[in-house]
Amino acid sequence: MIPEIGHFALILALLVALILGSFPIIGAARGNAVWMGLARPAARVQFFLIAIAFLCLAYAFASKDYSVSYVAANSNSQLPLRFRIAAVWGGHEGSLLLWAMILSIWTVAVSIFSKHLPDDMRARILGVMGLVSVGFLLFMLMVSNPFDRLIPAAMDGRDLNPLLQDPGMIFHPPMLYMGYVGFSVAFSFAIAALLGGQLDSAWARWSRPWTTMAWVFLTLGIMGGSNWAYYELGWGGWWFWDAVENASFMPWLVGTALIHSLAVTEKRGSFKAWTVLLAIGAFSLSLLGTFLVRSGVLTSVHAFATDPRRGLFILVFLVIVIGGSLALFAWRAPTVGRGGKFGVVSRESFLLANNVLLAVASMSVLLGTLYPLFLDALGLGKISVGPPYFDTVFVPLMTPALFLMGVGPIARWKNATVPELALRLRWAFAVSVATALILPLLLGHWTPMIGLGLFLAFWIFAASAHLVRQRLSGDVATLLSRAKAVPFAWWGMVIAHIGIAVFTLGVTVVKGFESEIAVRMLPGDVAHLAGYEFKFEGVKDSVGPNYTASRGQFRVSKNGEERTMLFPEKRLYTVQNMPMTEAGISPALINDLYTSLGEPLDGGAWSVHIYHKPMVEWIWAGAALMALGGLMALSDRRYRLRRKKLTDQKILKATR
Amino acid sequence: MKRFLLPLVIFLIMVGFLAVGLHLDPREVPSPLVGKPAPSFSLPILDDPKKTFSPQQMLGQVWLFNVWASWCAACRDEHPLLVALSKANIVPIYGMDYKDTNADAQQWLLQGGNPYLANATDIDGRVGINYGVYGVPETYVIDKNGVIVYKQIGPITLEVLTNKILPLVKRLQAQ
Repeated sequence: MIPEIGHFALILALLVALILGSFPIIGAARGNAVWMGLARPAARVQFFLIAIAFLCLAYAFASKDYSVSYVAANSNSQLPLRFRIAAVWGGHEGSLLLWAMILSIWTVAVSIFSKHLPDDMRARILGVMGLVSVGFLLFMLMVSNPFDRLIPAAMDGRDLNPLLQDPGMIFHPPMLYMGYVGFSVAFSFAIAALLGGQLDSAWARWSRPWTTMAWVFLTLGIMGGSNWAYYELGWGGWWFWDAVENASFMPWLVGTALIHSLAVTEKRGSFKAWTVLLAIGAFSLSLLGTFLVRSGVLTSVHAFATDPRRGLFILVFLVIVIGGSLALFAWRAPTVGRGGKFGVVSRESFLLANNVLLAVASMSVLLGTLYPLFLDALGLGKISVGPPYFDTVFVPLMTPALFLMGVGPIARWKNATVPELALRLRWAFAVSVATALILPLLLGHWTPMIGLGLFLAFWIFAASAHLVRQRLSGDVATLLSRAKAVPFAWWGMVIAHIGIAVFTLGVTVVKGFESEIAVRMLPGDVAHLAGYEFKFEGVKDSVGPNYTASRGQFRVSKNGEERTMLFPEKRLYTVQNMPMTEAGISPALINDLYTSLGEPLDGGAWSVHIYHKPMVEWIWAGAALMALGGLMALSDRRYRLRRKKLTDQKILKATR
Repeated sequence: MKRFLLPLVIFLIMVGFLAVGLHLDPREVPSPLVGKPAPSFSLPILDDPKKTFSPQQMLGQVWLFNVWASWCAACRDEHPLLVALSKANIVPIYGMDYKDTNADAQQWLLQGGNPYLANATDIDGRVGINYGVYGVPETYVIDKNGVIVYKQIGPITLEVLTNKILPLVKRLQAQ
């Protein structure tokens, strides 16, 4: 009964989405206020209905209802409750429902926080979001219904994929989807602006906080996924250039470009057409990612089961949404106008250069991801594109981008000069070059890549320090009040840029100085790596709720002094008979120690992998700082002030 | 106007490739074993472990070699097709029970029907390694000279059976 309620709620939600996607947009074109007025209630009803469907599916999982085919395929009676709930998005159908759910959350959020928008703009934005929702709900109801019954019911479920039975599963997909789907807001603002012909700085101001919010979620989502891969897969890696990782990284790159170009459009009125294209691009790449994961055109550790009908549906949907918006762009963008003029050396041109680099980087990731498919389609054979391609393409693109990051915030708008910039950044340059040359030698060895990475990281640190000093320079007595007067958004930018530097530093050091050994160890054996001694103290059997495990114990010491204990596990998930590795990690600011158990060998010995990963945690710390910077930008006074002004206006109106 | 059309054009080209890609299977990896003699082995037979099965016994016949296991969910999907095929008496089907226990395997054949003339039991999966088994079920078409002519990774579907395997078997049998 409960699953049928969920199914019915989805059908009703589709009808409401159809209303949301049609009447308000037509109303905005005809100036019909009643039709436009339908947008807000429809957005709320849609959210309510999809939430009911979502809760029904969660209930089916929690109550172990194996007469629902999706539940039977992705859950098991032995599975702990928190993973049974997370299993709602553990497969294809449920993760689509999560998509639709999050889209409806964003839609409701826009309907609540859009009181200051003109009626027709708001109606168009919500309408476009409604149309996207129609696509996803139709997709679910036609070829991927999570509420399909399994008659007769299964005795027990086939269990959630053991890889997904991890706390990461509870947070990573919702965060990532909040980011992916969040770009639908910026997309809808852009389409609404194209439809209404109102591409002005007001439009940029309105869509900025939404874009930043989505970007923050996407940053955290990718960070969480990368961290999860590090401790779950047992290879000690943190990024694999897997097709699906790329699918989340491409919108991030374009989204980053979008945030910056929105800033220029708001402040200087330039780059309008380019900004619109980026807004369309960020969301299109999110949709494309969905297609790549679900259609089975690419192999990936993340890919869901293949069904050609599903692939075809999403492809048609992509053509309508992306093709339609790019056609609209081609039609309306020429009328936009070019905005303010700026010199070759100016903050605008630095931002534009960075924008182009980010977009090109994103396109090169797309090319690498789809290249095997292109070759296969042309009958030129099967190949796979891996880290060597991405590393060679990425370094030359990111090097100038990171360098410009140091210069951009210091350059003046409209017109700056090279000698002036050189003069102001000479110390930052000297410090970073010196660090790049000397620091690696102190750490052990110097290679061009280590030197380059350290130079870029310290260049951003030093340039940011210069930027802060310049902003706060002056009388010491008034320092505090001047610091307070600096807008929060500016601090957000500085923190996010420092986050990039921290990230770069982490990547450089871990790539340059990591070490690993694979050894055969008997209980009592000691392995040496990076100055640490790892004493293997044997393996004990243990039993989890739905798995049995061999739990190894390692005593780690340095120069005879005990440092930590590590407990890597080798688990066997009984339902799917699938072995899993749980790495034993001691995370630390400087030295991450990482062990994983391989196969048991003869005579009680085990094959053991030990890794030393210096500063690997800085990679995620950097991403967290970027997200923090985004949040600071969001909490800027400007946004709060505007809301306060609005309430003031309302009070004024009420008292009149 | 023209430069604003560029993104659309690039996108449409990509869609063309994606549409073609939908009909291709990225998992269809050309097996290095195709065109080579089937690796030899001698393994106990499931129903009578005292006897052994080895591919050499099949020289002179075209036959299907199906790797399966009772723990394999996808094997369940293709099983009815195999049973139907065995009843049609077109081609002999031999199986290899992969990383399984004999009791589970026999139970499974009792429930789902037994399409196999005999099953080799590869308990520790060593023979599976020689055959490059990486996803059960896998099916090999082996010709009269003991050479592997075709390898199907994953379950056999009706489409694969009628369009690929059966025409191939007919052609090989006529040789």
